Formats: sequence, C-alpha cells, structure tokens
Amino acid sequence: MSVKMIEVRWHGRGGQGAKTASLLFAEAVLATGKYIQAFPDYGPERMGAPVQSFNRISEDPITIHSGVTNPNYVVILDPSLMESVPVIDGIGTIGKVIVNTSFSSDEIAKKLGIDANQVYVVNARQIAHETIGKDIPNMPMLGALVKVIGTLDINDVLENTKNKLMTKFRHKLEVINGNLLSIKRAFDEVKSC
Amino acid sequence: MIKRVFLKGKLVAKTGNEVMAEAMRQIEPDVVAAYPITPATEIVQIFSQFVADGIVKSEYIAVESEHSAMSATLAASAAGARAMTATSSQGLCFMLEMLYIASGLRLPIVMAEVNRAISAPLNIHGDQSDTMGARDSGWIQIYSENSQEAYDNMIQAIRIAEEAKLPTLVTTDGFIISHCMEVVEFYPDADVKAFTGEYKPERYLLDTKRPYTLGSIDLQDYYFEHRYQLAQAIRDSKDVILNVAKDFEKTFGRKYEMYEKFMLDDAEIAIVVIGSTAGTAKAVVDELREKGVKAGLLKIRVFRPFPTEQIAKDLVYVKAIAVLDRADSCSGAFAPLYADVVSSLYAAGITTPKIVNYVYGLGGREINTKHIAEVYATLVKIALGVQKPANQVEYINVRRKK
Repeated sequence: MSVKMIEVRWHGRGGQGAKTASLLFAEAVLATGKYIQAFPDYGPERMGAPVQSFNRISEDPITIHSGVTNPNYVVILDPSLMESVPVIDGIGTIGKVIVNTSFSSDEIAKKLGIDANQVYVVNARQIAHETIGKDIPNMPMLGALVKVIGTLDINDVLENTKNKLMTKFRHKLEVINGNLLSIKRAFDEVKSC
Repeated sequence: MIKRVFLKGKLVAKTGNEVMAEAMRQIEPDVVAAYPITPATEIVQIFSQFVADGIVKSEYIAVESEHSAMSATLAASAAGARAMTATSSQGLCFMLEMLYIASGLRLPIVMAEVNRAISAPLNIHGDQSDTMGARDSGWIQIYSENSQEAYDNMIQAIRIAEEAKLPTLVTTDGFIISHCMEVVEFYPDADVKAFTGEYKPERYLLDTKRPYTLGSIDLQDYYFEHRYQLAQAIRDSKDVILNVAKDFEKTFGRKYEMYEKFMLDDAEIAIVVIGSTAGTAKAVVDELREKGVKAGLLKIRVFRPFPTEQIAKDLVYVKAIAVLDRADSCSGAFAPLYADVVSSLYAAGITTPKIVNYVYGLGGREINTKHIAEVYATLVKIALGVQKPANQVEYINVRRKK
C-alpha cells in the first residue's frame, strides 16, 4: 500500500449523511487533483442504525478495492456510537479521531482509551442547528476533517461543495449558504488539546 | 496529480452504476427494456430519467420482470433496433431462458450486469455466481476491474456485439464497484458516438423488402449446425474483440486485451483472477516485487470467449499458480475459472505449473491485501517444492470445520 494513501472511516447513524459526506468529500478532493474513492458499507438501511462510509485519497491511482481497516482518520457523526460501535478499531497509535461532541478532547480521549493528541472535537450539532437549522452534522464534520488532514485547501472544498449543492438546491440558496457556513465554522472551530 | 489519457477527456467522480448509465446515454440505443434489481437498480433508474427528461431519444419499456426485459430486448433487436438492458443476480437467473434465445438468434444485445450473489440465503452483495451460471449461454462476457474499465468496456461492447453478431454483457462487482465512487475519465459524446457508429443490421424482421424467419423449429436436420455455428462464432469473436480494442486504444488511448498481464513476464508465482480483486492483488504484487519476490498477476477481462491458446503461452513458465474464483461450482470438482485455466494449459501440452484453486468473497465477504498475501506466500512454498499443492478447492476467509 502506498505510504501516501490516506484512509478515512465515517461513523454515523442512518439519516445523518455519512454517505453523502464521504461522497462530497471525495469529489472535493478530486477537484484538488488527487485520486479518490468513496464507498459506504451497505447493511440493512434504516433511520438511526449505525452506518459506516469510507474514503481513500492518494497522489497515485488507487487499485485496492477492499474495506478500510486501518484508517488514518475516523469521523464520528454521532457521539452515542462511541458506546456501541468499535469506532477506534485499527487506528493504532497514530490514527486521528474527530468527534461531534460538546466534551473536550481530553474527556473523549479518556472515554475511548486513546492518547489525547489523537482526538479532535467539534460541536457539529450546535453548528448545524445555527447554520442549517437542523441537526444534520455531516457538512460541519466534513469541514472539521479538511482542517485536521491539513493538506487540503478549504476554499477548493467550499467551491466544489457549492457547485455540487447548486445542482440540487438552486432554488433554495439559504440551504446552500447554510451548509457552506457550517463547513467553514467547523473548519475554524475544531480543536485538539 | 491525476492525468487524463484522452486529450478531450473529462475527469469526474462517479460510481460504477453511474458510468454504466452514462455509457448507455452516450450510446443512446433505440430501445432499453429493463427491470430494476439491487445493486444494478441505479443504472436503470438513471437511464430512465434520461429518457423522461428527453436527453436521449431511446424507447424505454418498463416491463414486469427480467424474463420480460430480455424478451422485449431481444424482440427489439430482432426487429432491427440497437437494444440494451441491465440486471443483476436473481434477475439474470430469471432471464436465463431468454439469454440462450438471444444468442441462438444471434442478436447483438448489450447488457450491463452487476455481479451479485444468488439466493438462498438472501444476499445482495458482490460475487460472480450470477454470470458464471450463464457462462455457457453463448454470450460474450467482459468483466471490469473498476469503473473506468466498465465505462470503456460498455463502449466497446456495442461494436463487439454487432460485429460478432453475439449478445454481450459487461459486468462490475456489486457494491464494490457499482457503489464505489472513483475517478473516471469520460469522453465527449461526439467521440463516443463516432466510435460506436450507427447500427446497420444485415437482416432484420421489419425489413419488409427482404422478409425472413427467425426462431423457427429446427430438429435433427439443422439444429446441430446452428449450435455449432454459435460455438464457432464465440471462438471467432476473439479477433473481433481484439480489433475493437485496438481501435479503442487508437481513439481514446486506453489499451485493452483479452486479459491483462501485471508483472507476469518473469513471474515465478502468479494469481489468476477476475474483477475488482485484481486491483487489490496488484497492490500486493507491488509489495512483493519490492522484496524481490517474483510475483505476477493475470486478470481475465474477457471470460467468454475464453482466451485458451494465448493464456497457455503466458502461464507456461510460471512455477506455481493460484486461480481465484468468486463463485463456487458446487460440482464436487473445481470452480469455473480454474477449470478453464487448467484445461487450457493441459490442452497446450503444458503440465509443469502447479495450479491451485481458491474460492473467495462469496456474498461480498471481505478479500483484502492480507488474504492475497497469504495466497502468494503459499505459492512461494509450492514453487520451492516445500509444500504440496492442494488437490481440491481451498477457501479464503471462511469459517468451517477442519
């Protein structure tokens, strides 16, 4: 496996947009000139059930088509999943976890039993409420992921997401603006210890 | 940084199903008759939206089953139309009777097929049991490792089917490719249309000036000759497939053959495999090569017709070979790909390579680089003569009583 390959695992609940976030994230990264993969883990599809979605990013063509088992980044859209799903599986001592929570990274690290410098937190729920008007945390978590990865240009991501949303919501500009603002705010607000 | 291969190409992020539908839009067949089934549903859904939006002029027939989908598609084809459909798994099983009729009548239908397990137990995930069950139906079968290949194969399939006068199906692995978003290079409509050209059938039922009979009764007097001609047409279609591939490379820049050789020329151990797992195996081959292990890979693209003479020449110097099947035959003997690889070598008088058979990934069961690395490790031992090759099917990543 290429050392330059970045692998991401998204944990969410059906309806929170984990799949959509991974697809939008992949498209945005493609726009920066990298190879991408985005694929969800299809199980029984129902609102509220734990779901996973994955990304791979690389400078080189990606030929691997297996599941992501050792993610560099884990994005947790719903904090309650930390109780019921093995969210830190395969991250080792270097993988980073980004959690939608109002708790501090120290508190989350203790809960997950990992090093505090592996944990990033952002209150995506609150950001989503204030920007989109609904508790749909996927867009802010996308912004937080871009910040934590660090090598992607947030303006490219915002531009690409805007273009993508325009095709679906061109008559609802407030939806587009709210989503873009949520990405930017989470990008600015995500923090570690 | 991503590079385009075709000067006028456009890089997009698309799923396997989206690229199949896009190829169908660009081909713009006269008739599509289809019945949606997971994981191929989106192909039909996206294409029917193109029809509803007036983006394509194709006639879309919503049918009540896959049996009817294939019946309507082959009837349209017999009438003189360029006709396409899409299906998966149980849908293909339900079509089986009509698949034989399409090939028997020599109708150049093209079908997008998303490989999925077969019930029971009920499972919607990827394996190749469905198309392997149709492998003797007289259809050309082209498998795709990824979405780019699926798109390119669909565009070539139209020309292949019409020049060989044989129905042709193009597959992707269910979910693994059909629902995976990847980078794909699309070509402009005009270039695809110029490549696929117009369909001008030699004979067709609506040709009132030259009426003819299709599908008549054919007993002891002629049936055998017609079935022989079908088998011979499949054999002869190898040249058609290679010529279309050459023209495709000249036009769009991507090279295709009956199979892909990856680090195979000097390989001492090799895996033979079909579909998306070939990509995963390539990553393992790269790692082994860095360690100095002479590992190689042969990825089957065209399974029907099987490239029997050619494959024997390319595997003759390999010491140990593992043939990986994503379908079991329940035959008491071996799985489908293994049977064809071994008989190809034996018929060519080649008996030196030690060849083992693995069944993997049924119902979407995970197959990753670790599993494939273990297979190569076994091949190293077999090649050195320190391990005896298994004389029956082995299974990867399955729980069972030893």
